[in-house]
Amino acid sequence: MQIVHHNPARFQVGNMASVAVRYPIGHYRVPMYLRGKQVEIIRILGRYINPEEEAFGRNAGSKIWSYLITIPQMKLWPNYMGDENDRLEIEIFEPWLEHLKISNNE
Amino acid sequence: MSNDHTHTHSDHAPILHDEVPCYYEILEISIRELLVEKGLIGPEEIREQIEVLDSRSPALGAKLVARAWVDPEFRKRLLDNGVDAALEMGITSYDDTDFTVLENTDKVHHMIVCTLCSCYPRPILGLPPDWYKSKEYRSRAVREPRAVLAEFGTILPDEIKIVVNDSTANQRYMVLPLRPKGTEHFTEEQLEALVTRDVMIGVKVLHN
Repeated sequence: MQIVHHNPARFQVGNMASVAVRYPIGHYRVPMYLRGKQVEIIRILGRYINPEEEAFGRNAGSKIWSYLITIPQMKLWPNYMGDENDRLEIEIFEPWLEHLKISNNE
Repeated sequence: MSNDHTHTHSDHAPILHDEVPCYYEILEISIRELLVEKGLIGPEEIREQIEVLDSRSPALGAKLVARAWVDPEFRKRLLDNGVDAALEMGITSYDDTDFTVLENTDKVHHMIVCTLCSCYPRPILGLPPDWYKSKEYRSRAVREPRAVLAEFGTILPDEIKIVVNDSTANQRYMVLPLRPKGTEHFTEEQLEALVTRDVMIGVKVLHN
C-alpha cells in the first residue's frame, strides 16, 4: 500500500465505527441498509478516487481512504433467519464513517 | 421469391429490432456518438474493447482456482493480491478495480452480491448472469442468504458461517471454493473442469 503522510487513515483494523445517516441524492456507494449501523473495520483497502465526486466530474483526482468492514447479520436485519454467526462484509469510504468511543470486539 | 432461389431456408423467426430504445440506450448511443465525433475514441477502439469483454469467461476463474488448489505458494499470492496473481497466469485486468479472492473453509462460506448495481469480476469471469443483476437476487442475497442459497440447491448447515460480500465500489470478488475430496490425483485440467461460474460466485458448493 502506498504511504501518504499528509493524509493518514483515520481508522485502524479492529476499530468500531458508525455509518453516517445521510440521504444525499446521486451516485452514492453506501446501501441504505447500512446507514446508522455500527460496524467493525477489518481491512484498510487503500485510497481510491471518490466515486461520489467523480460521478459528477468533481475532484476526480482526489483519493480517499476505503475500508472493508463487517457487521453481524443479526444486527442488520430484524428477525434474521440464519445463524447468529452469519456476517456481511462491505467496503465503505471514510467520509461515511464516524468514530465510536468503544474500540474492539463489539 | 424468385424461382432460381434454390437453397432451403430454416423456419426460424426473423430477428427484428422493432422495440423503441429506452432512455438509457438513447443516452449511451448519444454519448458514444459524441465521443467519436469529437475524436476522443474511434469505432475501432470500441470494437476492440467489446472483443476484450467477450473474450473473458468463467474458464479463466477456474484456471486460477485449480492452480491455487495444486500450488500453495500461488494460493497465497492469489489471496494476497488477485490482480497480480491473475497476471501471472496471463489474465490481464482492463479496468481500475481490485480483484479480491475470498477463501472458503470448512467453517466459512462466502457469497457475492452487488446490491447497488452489478459489480462483478468481469476481467476474470466475463459478463455476470442475468439473475445476478436482478433486483430479487440483489435485495434478497444480503437479507436472507440461506434462503437464496437453498433456491440454488445449496443447503449449508448452521455450523458453517455465511459471509455475504457486498461489492459496492472498487473491490471485485471471486470465491475460492473448497477442493472436493477424492480429487487428489486429478490433473490441473481435470480440476478446472469441476469449477463452475456459480461456485465462484458462491451460490453453489462442490460436492465432497
